[in-house]
Amino acid sequence: MSIYLDNGSTTKIDPKVLRAMLPFLKEKYGNASAIYKLGAEAKEAIEKSRKQIAEKLNVNSEEIIFTSGGTESNNFAIKSIAFSNRDKGNHIITTKIEHKSVINVCKWLETQGFEVTYLDVDENGYVKGLEEAITDKTILVSIIHGHNEFGTIQNLEEIKNICGNIYLHTDACQSFTKFPIMADLISINAHKIHGPKGIGALYIKKGVRIDEWQHGGGHENRMRSGTENVPAIVGFGTSAIIDHRVEYIRELKDYFINQLNKIDNIRINLSKDLPHVISMTIPKIEGEAIVGSLDMEGICIATGSACNSNSLEPNQSLLAIGLNPQEVNSTIRITLSKFNTKKEIDKTVKVLQEIIKKLRDISPF
Amino acid sequence: MAYSKKVLDLFRKPKNAGKMKDYDGVGKVGNPVCGDVMWLYIKVKDDVIIDITFETFGCIAALASSSIITDMVKGRSIEDALKIVKDDVLNELDGLPPVKIHCSVLSIDALQEAIYDYLSKNKKEISEFLERRHQELEKERKEVEVKYKDWIQKEEDLHEE
Repeated sequence: MSIYLDNGSTTKIDPKVLRAMLPFLKEKYGNASAIYKLGAEAKEAIEKSRKQIAEKLNVNSEEIIFTSGGTESNNFAIKSIAFSNRDKGNHIITTKIEHKSVINVCKWLETQGFEVTYLDVDENGYVKGLEEAITDKTILVSIIHGHNEFGTIQNLEEIKNICGNIYLHTDACQSFTKFPIMADLISINAHKIHGPKGIGALYIKKGVRIDEWQHGGGHENRMRSGTENVPAIVGFGTSAIIDHRVEYIRELKDYFINQLNKIDNIRINLSKDLPHVISMTIPKIEGEAIVGSLDMEGICIATGSACNSNSLEPNQSLLAIGLNPQEVNSTIRITLSKFNTKKEIDKTVKVLQEIIKKLRDISPF
Repeated sequence: MAYSKKVLDLFRKPKNAGKMKDYDGVGKVGNPVCGDVMWLYIKVKDDVIIDITFETFGCIAALASSSIITDMVKGRSIEDALKIVKDDVLNELDGLPPVKIHCSVLSIDALQEAIYDYLSKNKKEISEFLERRHQELEKERKEVEVKYKDWIQKEEDLHEE
């Protein structure tokens, strides 16, 4: 049996979610725009999910727009706010620790006549310098809520106070169902919370000036066109209301970190706020070598390093909290879920101990 | 992972790993900032590389490339060893993902630097090719040092504390 510890990347579908989805993949396949019963059923299911998600976020159903996921929600929010409010200004503020779907959108906007400030964070991963960065041209502040690499939760209430009338958007894909979220626009998705992939939502507070971004048949209250992905939407709604066992996950994390103390010379990077994220630097070993070795033992984790994708650029978020490029290359990330057990953690720590010893023996440092 | 069985086998059980005492030449290439560091030690007798070991900080591809180059070189003459090119390493490994090709290059660099070190220590003739390659690697190393001088300085400060 494999041990899955990469829940910040994606999660296993909860059986309850799957059960809720199946009828909409089989007999209830109607197009929600159709007026006959099969269509009406689908429409009803969508509105039920919208309500479930709205209640979890403590907002109104009409403020939830379904999208294809976190990346689309971030694209929609930032690009559309930028172009819909261009008459007010062309300045956007974000941070150096955002997900690529925020950073790369901002970089593109810079080629379209917008100016972007990328804020630093302090050594604890909290955003700094927002107040000083705001100008009379600032139209949007976009700041990640729960950090996917080192688990910091930003204080959105304090940030919104500083923003005043300037719109605040937050990428809350990691924190949704784990923390209350407060912003004018909120990006969330299903597959980080035991729901299906390919479905997300954007919360848009009533009164925010934003135009539709994906044009077409006028779905989602003329805000996001495209035939609704009914089974996924139903799965998303269900995944929002299932028991997330946040305290259990936090206990597991504390237990894990405690067990890690058995291993010489490793360092935990922050990893305090979010209940499921553990970032650690293992000096003298390259991250991918650890991930590969664990994979051979059936344990799935992620690197925080240059080698984790097709890009060889060191992870910018880890540099931003003060790790040097060498440390970034020696950093791995473990992310837990309610399906993990202490037994799995014991096994992982034992295997890690052996791997680290073996790899350090052949390291030149 | 998109690695060949050969690469994964070598990663799991690398051959000739570890530091060598009484080596005749050592090649140190790569930079931890960029992700991979490879040190190759060689023992030479009558212009034949009779022993070779490696120490590597790096990813799966870097560790497998280090291991394979030691196997390919052991028992061969210096002249023969210098004929090995990147594609030979890639063939032996049954290929590497495109983004990891540089790891095979690194193993060739390490080997050539180890041979350069041996030849220059023993005041032996160094070919124009080997000298040029050595100069290029030195230049790259200095460029990385300049690019990351703030980080390197920070490291040194930490050591002094």
